[in-house]
Amino acid sequence: MSYSAAAMDDRRLPARIRPLAITAHTATSALGCGVAAHLGALRERRSGLRPNDFTDAPLACAIGRVDGLERYRVPTAQSTLDCRNNRLAWLGLQQDGFLDAARAAVARHGAARVALVVGTSTASIGATEEAYRALDDGRFPAALDHAALHTPHSLGLFLETVLGTRGPCLTIATACSSSAKVFASAERLIRLGLADAAVVAGVDTLCGSVLFGFNALELVAPEPCRPFDVDRRGISIGEAAGFALLERDRDDAPLRLLGHGESSDAHHMSTPHPQGLGARRAIADALARAGLAPGDIDYVNLHGTATRKNDEVEAAVLADLFPPATRASSTKGWTGHTLGAAGILESVVCLLALEHGFVPGTLGTTTPEPVAAARLALGNEARAPRTALSNSFGFGGNNACLVFGLHGNA
Amino acid sequence: MHVAGIGWWSQSDTDWASLAARLRASETVAPGRGGARPAATSLPPNERRRAPLPVLLACEAAGQACAMAGLAPATLPCVFASVHGDLAITHEMCETLARDPRELSPTRFHNSVHNAPAGYWTVATGCHAPSNAVSAWHGSFGAGLLEAAVQACADDVPVLFAACDIAADGPLARVVDARDPFAVALVLAPGPVDPCLARLALRHVAEPAERNADPAFAALPLLRAIALGASSTIRIACGEGHSLDVGVGR
Repeated sequence: MSYSAAAMDDRRLPARIRPLAITAHTATSALGCGVAAHLGALRERRSGLRPNDFTDAPLACAIGRVDGLERYRVPTAQSTLDCRNNRLAWLGLQQDGFLDAARAAVARHGAARVALVVGTSTASIGATEEAYRALDDGRFPAALDHAALHTPHSLGLFLETVLGTRGPCLTIATACSSSAKVFASAERLIRLGLADAAVVAGVDTLCGSVLFGFNALELVAPEPCRPFDVDRRGISIGEAAGFALLERDRDDAPLRLLGHGESSDAHHMSTPHPQGLGARRAIADALARAGLAPGDIDYVNLHGTATRKNDEVEAAVLADLFPPATRASSTKGWTGHTLGAAGILESVVCLLALEHGFVPGTLGTTTPEPVAAARLALGNEARAPRTALSNSFGFGGNNACLVFGLHGNA
Repeated sequence: MHVAGIGWWSQSDTDWASLAARLRASETVAPGRGGARPAATSLPPNERRRAPLPVLLACEAAGQACAMAGLAPATLPCVFASVHGDLAITHEMCETLARDPRELSPTRFHNSVHNAPAGYWTVATGCHAPSNAVSAWHGSFGAGLLEAAVQACADDVPVLFAACDIAADGPLARVVDARDPFAVALVLAPGPVDPCLARLALRHVAEPAERNADPAFAALPLLRAIALGASSTIRIACGEGHSLDVGVGR
């Protein structure tokens, strides 16, 4: 077998792109605030999942909850956009010097030359839910009676004002691939000269819609999720904020976005294509833009939600496309599935693996699907990847794949 | 950037020819309020019956634009924009969650994602190309147009762009301005096309544009310029405090 992604179909594959420097990045999730908290939890195999204590109505499941958001507030100047999602965004921005780095990029490049591309699936729908619980004579309570608070773009509106960017600003809302696709859109804006730098973000928060919605679809596990385990029973939902700063012409920065690929399954709204056709195309395009073959990828961060179907399809794609020496894992046993934030959260996990020279394993899994077993890292592995690939797949058959690398290896 | 096809659906005008005639005849065109639903023949009959209204609207306009362009939808990357997403489902879900969250309908939940039109469209047309679902508040039409044009240039391929919104329902109708259900679609091509309905030159500027809070009006200035056919430059919102200056020509 050739393990050539390009051999899968006869399409014209995209041309190789110039890598973009990632000059700042951070994440906040159930593992804690900032990259050190994530690195520590990954290394020490501490999960952030806990029994559901978020919903008033009982729902037996594990969740990945960020502590303290109930008491946290966005700045006064943005108070009409105060909601759990923007609080998590604001908390996340404070970590790892990201806010300062982003504002410095705005000062360096000029505000109109810095784009902002954000990914979210929940946006501030939690605030709309809250308004419906507190209706007064059919009206929203005054604190929530702000039109901008009830739009899918509420995260973009908030971030644009606190960061001061004036370049193109866009929300991508393609369910669980949202904050992977932000890297692709930002790269295109920079490549075509519409921006010299871009802040990309992904923020999703716990709310009734996703907890009870995924539960209604019978996709939520009663216990912490077990990605690729033969006995897996579904997802654990989490929340997270992730940010990255992409810049052109920064040869001094070690971390790089090498490639991206996007595709559609054209199969079903909430079930993946049985042969993973969309996933294969996204991976092939990402590798082509990176100028790499599957055998060049050292670490794959799988979507690995722990639903029966996703993991079955993704395991087969992994085994078909990548040689057995490839190391792969799903890190959702640590954070839960953070939905619209999963793309960027797991991108940050890839960057940590590259920076700190280790392969995170697959927490919570004891007996892996046989087809995945050869490539799946269960325990953490002390080997230093030079390239990493991240998969994100969403409802509507919406797929995205990203390739990252260390400078000098591209 | 070349416009190879245009689709439109609203209560007043159910295709581009009808809207273009009205735009040429009158300075004031409103998409109109009402409960009529588009045929959306791009969707298989069983999907047409159960698909939510934004899906029907987007697929109707997208189907018209692809047919006019003479391009197979299966090969076209697509970008779907909406200011609010499915406000009817948002209302129904929030009402259910406030009453008894365990009654939430699984179908309603998976239809609630912002990329429901993109999902139904790609399933119905067998499209494996990239699909996107975007939003930028009152700049959603302009921001989606920019995203689609950037993708067309970056990958040197034609791209389908569609935008739609529906009327707000329930308590939300007192908070957000959205009254006229509508959908618009443009097939954008980086190279020469036949037919060519217009040529567009897009420039992003960090300055505000005049805008109407109702999403249904956002596309009309650009569509009017295309309908009139004379060379002109118009400014449309693509975000809060930023705009696209669009040069329109033949």
